[in-house]
Amino acid sequence: MSWVWRGFRPVLESVLAGLIGLGVGALIMRAWGYHPWPAYVALFKESFGSGYGLASALANATPLILTALTFAVGARAGLFVIGAEGMMYMGAMAAVALSLLRFPSGFHAFLALFCAAAAGILWGLIPAMLRAYRGVHEVISTIMFNWLSHFLSFYLVANILVDPIRAEKTLSIAKTSRLPLLLRGTDLSLGIVVAAGLALVFYVFLWHTVAGYEVRAAGANPHAARYGGVSPQKTVLLVFALGGIAAGLAGAVEVMGRPPTYAVYSGLTNLSGFGFDGIGVAMIGRIHPLGIIPAAIFYGGLQAGARLMQMEAGVPFEMVRAVQGVIVLALALPELTRIFRVLLRGWRLRGERA
Amino acid sequence: MSWAYFWSLFSISLHAMVPITLTAVGEVIGESAGLFNIGLEGILLLSAFTGTLGARAGGPILGLLMGLVTGLGIGLVFGVICAYWKGSQMIAGVGINLFALGFVAFGLQVLGSPGFYTVPRDVQLAPIRTSVGSFSPLIPVALLLPFLIHWFLNHTGVGLRIKAVGENPEAADVAGIPVELTQLLSTAVGAALAGLAGAYMSVSWLGSVTKEISAGRGFIALATVVFSGLRPLLALAGGLIFGFFESLATWIQSLPGVKEAVPWQFISMIPYVATLLVVAGVIGRVRFPKALGVPYRRE
Repeated sequence: MSWVWRGFRPVLESVLAGLIGLGVGALIMRAWGYHPWPAYVALFKESFGSGYGLASALANATPLILTALTFAVGARAGLFVIGAEGMMYMGAMAAVALSLLRFPSGFHAFLALFCAAAAGILWGLIPAMLRAYRGVHEVISTIMFNWLSHFLSFYLVANILVDPIRAEKTLSIAKTSRLPLLLRGTDLSLGIVVAAGLALVFYVFLWHTVAGYEVRAAGANPHAARYGGVSPQKTVLLVFALGGIAAGLAGAVEVMGRPPTYAVYSGLTNLSGFGFDGIGVAMIGRIHPLGIIPAAIFYGGLQAGARLMQMEAGVPFEMVRAVQGVIVLALALPELTRIFRVLLRGWRLRGERA
Repeated sequence: MSWAYFWSLFSISLHAMVPITLTAVGEVIGESAGLFNIGLEGILLLSAFTGTLGARAGGPILGLLMGLVTGLGIGLVFGVICAYWKGSQMIAGVGINLFALGFVAFGLQVLGSPGFYTVPRDVQLAPIRTSVGSFSPLIPVALLLPFLIHWFLNHTGVGLRIKAVGENPEAADVAGIPVELTQLLSTAVGAALAGLAGAYMSVSWLGSVTKEISAGRGFIALATVVFSGLRPLLALAGGLIFGFFESLATWIQSLPGVKEAVPWQFISMIPYVATLLVVAGVIGRVRFPKALGVPYRRE
């Protein structure tokens, strides 16, 4: 029985946190004079009520699965890698840059993904080394690298990779380098297979290999792991490299598989935020590679529905991200279910007294 | 090049120093009690926005007060989650940052100005005009507050109790100091200062709010705290250093001929590179409270 509870409890906690998030979101909407109920109906109707909506939910989930993996593999090693945002920009830039060259179809896409992963690793290298050899806290260093990446990408988008005809975007990804769409008329590309596949690889790595066991040991008890012969430096570098691969791919699949333009817009408007959203997704997925997949689909669905919510109920779609923040805050509680039970009991007692 | 150029660098530096210093000395109080809040960036962003709402409703002083109260409120939520319910400080901080990103973007939409809102001139905090230029009234506040907090933490009973809680919560508990309450109030006061800093940015310094107004300053403030080793006077020094690098980027771009020679994006990287270099250079030499970041559970 206890193993059922152990498996079920994280799911229950995520659902509870989700409800708390939606509840606070409703309060905020009320405070600003919106009607939460029709807004939420519109939000969920779109994303989980139609085949097309579900396809967009999956398409939105694709980069989120990948950036969430970056955070999750770091968190398993006890690190707070919040650099997915910057690594993702670099991956997207690499993918676009590869379209300046000509290669046969298919091989071109493969090469672009490879280079994007390499770009992600490269962008994590300095923060990883600062952490491993100088003890610089990874939260500070990865945030600084996010800003460096932000400005470097601004420069590349406006000067090097710019579309000579349409200055508001980069060159489009070459036809030979695009990821094929899985469903005609939707945004759902082969990228979802890449993302889900990498999640599976991360799962097998973390739970079924020695190196993965060492990563988790370093996270669970650094002193014991060190005593047992696990090099903390090696763990940090390994985890940053894996995170770089995932985040680099996130940027790449987003531009290589997103019709109609297959390009990055100036101001990075079609990329910014995936890295940070990935942190929330990883938390909702309980930093488990396989838990991340449904969490990303849930969040991708919220994003898909948010546009309709804005159109039908007039609530700005950014609301969804505020809800996500509250969900993460709620998930910070170690014993969410216990607290909930205590609250419930207090409620019942009060009811009996009355 | 005339003196006026250098004078403008000095003036921007002083203004850029304020949010980092206020946020950093606030976090020094919170970290002294053992709570590590990486949600400062979110608090800056949120209170920059709510400060604007306050200023619109009742003038600049109400705006600053709104920022302060916003910070205090978030700090109390963070403190309850982390001090009383023993939640993960890192995750709660991330939650605050995510919430702020969404809420402020939402709020700007509701104000009818997606992405950018200019605070009307008449509700901005009036600068102090001197013969050598105009300065925000919060500059002297940011310069004096670290001295006050230094005295408070090192020379008053309450301050020493705060430090005892951060250093050794078990011993503090045995000595009859309410550990959770001390942590809650310390982190809330610290967050309130970050809130004041946020409102300063929108209501006094920049006169506008964007989704990117905090621009990593919350994390630069965290770096400043690392640099200071939890000493408020060094946090002031750090604030001056980082404020200088930030204004250096703005200043260089204003020089004639620079824009053509170096793309602005690379100049904008200066404060972030400086932060990395400073943090990489000083770390390992500073000492932090033993129980920093570790939830305290009575056994």
